[in-house]
Amino acid sequence: MNLAYRDVRHNFGRFMVTCLGLSLLLGVVLAMIGIYRGLIADALELVDTIDADIWVVEKGTRGPFAESSRIPRDTRESVARIFGVKSVGAVTFQSIETESDGKKLRLYVIGYEPGQLGGPKYITEGRGLTGRNFEAVVDSRTGLDIGDHIQLGRNGFTIVGTTVNAVSSGGEPAIYLSLDDAQKLQFDLSPSATRRERARGAVVVNSTDTVSAVIARTSPNASNDNIVKTIERWKHFAAMTEEEQGLILTQSVVEKARKQIGMFTAILILVSAVIIALIIHTMTMDKIREIATLKLIGAPDRVIIGLIVQQALAMGLIGFAMGGFLIFNIQDFFPKRLVLQPMDGLSLAGVVVVICLLSSIYGVYTALKVDPAKALAG
Amino acid sequence: MTENKKPLISIKNLSKHFGEGETRVDALRDISLDIFPEQVIGLLGPSGSGKSTLLNVIGCILEPTCGQIELDGELVYNDRWLRSDLRGLRLEKVGFIFQAHNLMPFLSSMDNVAVVLDLAGYSASAARARAGELLEYLEVGNRVEAFPGSLSGGEAQRVAIARALANKPRIVLADEPTAALDSERAGIVMDLLRKVAIDQQAAVIVVTHDEKIYDRFDQIFHLRDGLLSQT
Ligand SMILES: Nc1ncnc2c1ncn2[C@@H]1O[C@H](COP(=O)(O)OP(=O)(O)OP(=O)(O)O)[C@@H](O)[C@H]1O
Ligand SMILES: [Mg+2]
Repeated sequence: MNLAYRDVRHNFGRFMVTCLGLSLLLGVVLAMIGIYRGLIADALELVDTIDADIWVVEKGTRGPFAESSRIPRDTRESVARIFGVKSVGAVTFQSIETESDGKKLRLYVIGYEPGQLGGPKYITEGRGLTGRNFEAVVDSRTGLDIGDHIQLGRNGFTIVGTTVNAVSSGGEPAIYLSLDDAQKLQFDLSPSATRRERARGAVVVNSTDTVSAVIARTSPNASNDNIVKTIERWKHFAAMTEEEQGLILTQSVVEKARKQIGMFTAILILVSAVIIALIIHTMTMDKIREIATLKLIGAPDRVIIGLIVQQALAMGLIGFAMGGFLIFNIQDFFPKRLVLQPMDGLSLAGVVVVICLLSSIYGVYTALKVDPAKALAG
Repeated sequence: MTENKKPLISIKNLSKHFGEGETRVDALRDISLDIFPEQVIGLLGPSGSGKSTLLNVIGCILEPTCGQIELDGELVYNDRWLRSDLRGLRLEKVGFIFQAHNLMPFLSSMDNVAVVLDLAGYSASAARARAGELLEYLEVGNRVEAFPGSLSGGEAQRVAIARALANKPRIVLADEPTAALDSERAGIVMDLLRKVAIDQQAAVIVVTHDEKIYDRFDQIFHLRDGLLSQT
């Protein structure tokens, strides 16, 4: 006869309410992990989408995402001439804020030369950029549709196509412009002092024809490390492989957030552990007379331990399942992406099981200590 | 009557006191007592005289202060417990009917009885069959699926009696088993205890204030301030 099950069935409502409370807590833990994974996925998404083998940026910077970087556009030609480089592109990146339908909209402007590297990976609707001015392709998460107009700086742009998987490490959806348009936008939005200087002409050499980075794809049998070394020998440039760029993003861009979220998740897990321990102890204390009676009629310790531990595990796992179900179903309502990975879920389930077992120790200890004569009092 | 047999319960110079100094209560003083198979014994005495204490000590629930307890030929206490597995001993040999019935609130009447059999290793169906039989006999057969919270005091007590007798114990210790019952049902319980004593060669000790059942005992003992006397 399974006493744990009988007790739960008899107090089913109370048990489920407890599980529900626990599920909210564990749901939050799961969401935290999902937010963390989402952060990393967001951080890497653009690098993955652009899919360049080599990133060339300004020397001394870890650009173009972690730090700003400016190099002359014609660096592209020098890179293209390196043995093993198959194709190249010059790109600019810039975050801006604009309005659409009266709502504030933060966008990540990507300028590239149509026909070269750096453009959207897929066009899901409409068409790509052709080189005409004032056209744009947007990530569908901007909420903009084909034919919409949007004001950026001094100019209005028409959306001609949409794409996916283009979000900055800060979570801003991308808008692709032609490199010329993007450079003009950068100039429009730069501080007025610089603008005046430039308008007077020839102050900074090449200053209007700079890009954030030059990217390159290499042929399959080329050594990316050697290409990087070649570029690093040039005076004003730094180069890195796709992996290094990814590492910079996860380390520098999300490092703080990662520590913050990691810390918060650890605290939440600790809080859950304490709460589970308290619930189990209370459940045990509520049954202390029955436990004493069980001892009176001769039940061995394993029956009593089973009663407590099985209920603890059931509560933990049901709470976890309910929490997982909840978060899975509301994940799309989060303003930032939640990435729920089966492995993370399984690990958390493992942690919950361990917490339940550890939390039971106190309850089991109390139960085993109780004097059977206690059942006779009153 | 049964003096030629070996006693099932044999107590020598048993004492039990609670507390020390000012608050010391001598609940049992130097008690010696032999009870034989097939005997149904009555234990009488005013409130606070030590009746429950004596039952609990015999049932190895409460540790005495000093003396000897021998159950079914096994010396279990000699100024200290000689057996470590007291719970196993209780499950095997002792059936308790507690003053407060102590049923599990989350088990039905049927399961409250069957749980003892389950612990004793009966199969689920055998346990239910025996539990059902006992409950039927005690006239609570119509309440097998009810939970203790919805039973009347008398019904709960009869379920508790069924539980105590389920594993066919050879020592039955009953603390006021008929207190909540009318005389007809009290008679049924006493008949059952007598039947158990004969069928199972058991020794039965019944604590009671109930004058209706005085004539059902083979022997009656009186406790007063922890001292035992026979009438
Ligand atoms: N755990 C305990 N701690 C201290 N004193 C106790 C304890 N249990 C019983 N006593 C005392 O021992 C004495 C005998 O108690 P016991 O419960 O055996 O009486 P009883 O004869 O069963 O009374 P009643 O008829 O009211 O049930 C009483 O004075 C009681 O106060
Ligand atoms: Mg009493």
